[in-house]
Amino acid sequence: MFDSRLSLQTLRESIANRSISCREIAEFFWARIEKHNAAINAIVAIDPEIAIESAKDIDRRLANGEALPALAGLPISIKDILCTRQGTTTCGSKMLAKYQSPFDAHLVIRLYDSGAIVMGKTNLDEFAMGGSTENSIFGPSRNPWDNSRTCGGSSGGSAAAVAAGLSPASIGTDTGGSIRQPASFCGVCGIKPTYGRVSRYGLIAYGSSLDVAGAFAHTVEDLALVLTSIAGHDPRDSTCLPDPVPNYAEEIRQAPKNLRIGVVREHLEDNGLDNELREALHASIETYKRLGASIVDISLPHSKYCIPTYYIIAPCEASSNLSRYDGAHYGFRAEPDPKTTSASPLESMYENTRSQGFGAEVRRRILLGTYALSAGYYDAYYLKALKVRRLIRKDYDAAFEKVDVLLGPTTPRPAFRLGEKINDPVQLYLEDLFTVGANLAGIPALSIPIGQTRSGLPLGMQLQAPPLRESTLLAAGHWYQQQTGYVPSIPPAFAAS
Amino acid sequence: MSDSASTNSPLAYRVVIGLEVHVQLKTQTKLFCRCSTRFGQSPNTQVCPVCLGLPGALPVLNLHAIELAARAGEALHCELALFTKWDRKNYFYPDLPKGYQTSQFDLPICVGGYLDIPIRVPSDNAAEAATLSENMVKRIRLVRAHLEEDAGKSMHDERAGRADTRIDLNRAGTPLLEIVSEPDLSSAEEAKDYLSELRLIMVYLGISDGNMQEGSLRADANVNLHIERDGETIPTPIVEIKNLNSFRSVERAIEYEVERQYREFLRTGLAMGQSPKQTRGWDDVLGQTDLQREKEDAADYRYFPCPDLVPVQLTEQQRESAKSESQFTPDRYRNVLLHTHALKETDAEILIQQGRDVVEYFVELVRAGATPKRASAWMLQDVLRHLNDHHTSIDHYPIPAPKLAELLVAIEQGKVDTSQAKQALAKILDDPSIGVATAIELLGIVRVDVSETEVLCKELLAENPDVIDKVKAGNTKAVAALVGQAKKKNRNADPRVIQEICLKMIANM
Repeated sequence: MFDSRLSLQTLRESIANRSISCREIAEFFWARIEKHNAAINAIVAIDPEIAIESAKDIDRRLANGEALPALAGLPISIKDILCTRQGTTTCGSKMLAKYQSPFDAHLVIRLYDSGAIVMGKTNLDEFAMGGSTENSIFGPSRNPWDNSRTCGGSSGGSAAAVAAGLSPASIGTDTGGSIRQPASFCGVCGIKPTYGRVSRYGLIAYGSSLDVAGAFAHTVEDLALVLTSIAGHDPRDSTCLPDPVPNYAEEIRQAPKNLRIGVVREHLEDNGLDNELREALHASIETYKRLGASIVDISLPHSKYCIPTYYIIAPCEASSNLSRYDGAHYGFRAEPDPKTTSASPLESMYENTRSQGFGAEVRRRILLGTYALSAGYYDAYYLKALKVRRLIRKDYDAAFEKVDVLLGPTTPRPAFRLGEKINDPVQLYLEDLFTVGANLAGIPALSIPIGQTRSGLPLGMQLQAPPLRESTLLAAGHWYQQQTGYVPSIPPAFAAS
Repeated sequence: MSDSASTNSPLAYRVVIGLEVHVQLKTQTKLFCRCSTRFGQSPNTQVCPVCLGLPGALPVLNLHAIELAARAGEALHCELALFTKWDRKNYFYPDLPKGYQTSQFDLPICVGGYLDIPIRVPSDNAAEAATLSENMVKRIRLVRAHLEEDAGKSMHDERAGRADTRIDLNRAGTPLLEIVSEPDLSSAEEAKDYLSELRLIMVYLGISDGNMQEGSLRADANVNLHIERDGETIPTPIVEIKNLNSFRSVERAIEYEVERQYREFLRTGLAMGQSPKQTRGWDDVLGQTDLQREKEDAADYRYFPCPDLVPVQLTEQQRESAKSESQFTPDRYRNVLLHTHALKETDAEILIQQGRDVVEYFVELVRAGATPKRASAWMLQDVLRHLNDHHTSIDHYPIPAPKLAELLVAIEQGKVDTSQAKQALAKILDDPSIGVATAIELLGIVRVDVSETEVLCKELLAENPDVIDKVKAGNTKAVAALVGQAKKKNRNADPRVIQEICLKMIANM
């Protein structure tokens, strides 16, 4: 049974009716982090005193009868790729191990403005490149359901922190599935909003045309609450959308009428799909049917090109985005090689800094992108990938003429073992099969838990919706959770408070 | 046209030059952030997370730069792109904090266009010179003009025992318009003329301050020779000379490079394609170009569209305003000075080169009643000298145009003569608060009436019969000898009136 003390909505009500103070909430989660974080390595930096001081401040404002914003007093952890003035912002990389940002990311400011208590920064794959949170200077995070397994990635720390009840909600980023895949592996909800719905200012870039920040929580209702606070226009991000932000928490209260759900044939019929997961998905489809939704068979014919397209575009952008880490201005700097003969001392410093400062996966993607953008290869790789990307988007456009949301698996299989794929990057890339399409098309997508394997591993379902239709997406997810009442409990090892 | 330099060698050749000019735009703030573009501030004081390339920072386009680029495009007869976008040019250098420069690759804001320069005829070819009318111009075609951000500055500490390089990022992110010409220039002098006219247009239209000392205009020159040998035209390898920061260095560097390439060709016989394209730097002190790199090891910039910026589509209104703002070119004012006001070409050109405000001042003098000829003479002699002596600009000249015009009109009306007017001008410059009438009064100038002057003239003629004889013999200028004596008798006497009356009296004798 899910411990409702861990949901934002319940905490919010408890604060409102004065049954608990914000300070008590902060202390409660701080105690849980102290007790349980070591087992999963989800949170990599925290300043409990500042968090508790902020919570006391909210209590004072509450006592003064002030009307408080939506997230007042609610602890939220954030992925360590979002700039915060407080503490370091490392991206899980040696390159930025001691880097202190002079500014807060736009969404961090929005969280503060909403009264949230920023409590801890979460582990990630270095510069968000990876799907297992194993590529981090902080070491791997572990799955709370089975600590020999991965929590997914790259926002693995956030997913694990929420799943283990260390943080009622967490902010992650998603470039190819980095929110949805760990959400699915850890049995929590995760939303990747429409590209541009949340400002990227202060989100340290990996693949700029794909990156978007989103949230993790136990319930879709909680996601709606967080998204309402962080979404919206920011003049400092030219790609941020100016469209007004609905109050998603309000909008999802109405059960969707005549909901048309498209089942993605290519995803459900994929040979690599885990059998238990397929069964659980069919059960979910039945649930929707029973609730009165119409189920439509949908094809996304260019699905099979999603992975190659993504693994051209993202590394190309990354190769340029990560050029700034050269040792000249900030971050890690290695000495030039004194014996260098072919390179100048400057070139030698660049070489050493970048080969020692970045981990293997980051270097791999920089090299991939550098190669694909090089003279003579650009047309065959990058330009072609852009064209395929348009076709993928068109597939979605065509699908959304027939249905309101698309349903399918978030990942092909439940969480794999740590170390299982670390030496086989292609296997790891294939884990992104179902998630990268939404990034390439820029559409919103949601992962929600729909059950567990017989061995107890969480199973996730992905819902996708047209651009800016987060209300529909969240409503469909909320409806499912309300009707099935299925919200995974905290894994037994983390139940003690 | 064979170059004069070829006379001391057996091979004739033609010089082929194309210029890439970086014009720093006159915006208050940088291209993608709100930092000031002011020159000469302490290092790294005009920087922010965006132009420092800090993690997480994102660019936001300064629309004023687009407006200025569009205005330049209109003035240079370019086609303005309907749709223009931003690309990243990737390379590593310490003064480039993001590791890429945001620029425009395949869809620049301005395409094509041209710039006319005066035709230069070698001085030893008077016959050809005579066949060209004054208005003949040479049209230099443009390839494109695109916007990009400037890099910072690396300052190498050359004090003994130190090998430090210090980076100043104040300039990083400053907007530049890179204007690329076709290789239509055929001499160092033409290249200088092109750069000079380009600068003038940019300054007239408020697109750039054109300040060469501060690097607001920097040129790279692509130079090679087309050498005639055995009835064949052989192009030499193209050399790019980087970072020419003055008209003089453009001229000298190209002259040097032409000589060098010619000697190199005689020595090696290598033609274009047989040796790599070189980049050479101009050393202003040594007066020579030095090899910087050869194309084989040149960077592959891996251009691709910048995903942090959205493409720009110029609105109809932006196009219209670029068009109307671009009218006030130096050529338009040349026309006014030469054709409306009939100034001599050399005089007109001096005024034109002073800038739009000086020309506007002149036009205002004429509008307020001064004759163009007198207005131009006073501008060239008095006003410009004052500006020069005081190192100031026309907007700081203490006498507004209507007031100076009043003085010039007083000469026209015979109230004062030229030398009195100059004294009055000096008085006004000493104390700009006094009016023209007061200044004249202070000089004790009283207008002498005609009858009084006639009495004076009779006296003078009676005293100087030799002058009468000379004038009668046809030498009317002899009457000028009387002016000095007249001034002694009455210092307010108007020399012009005295001469007129004396001549009339002699004629009637």
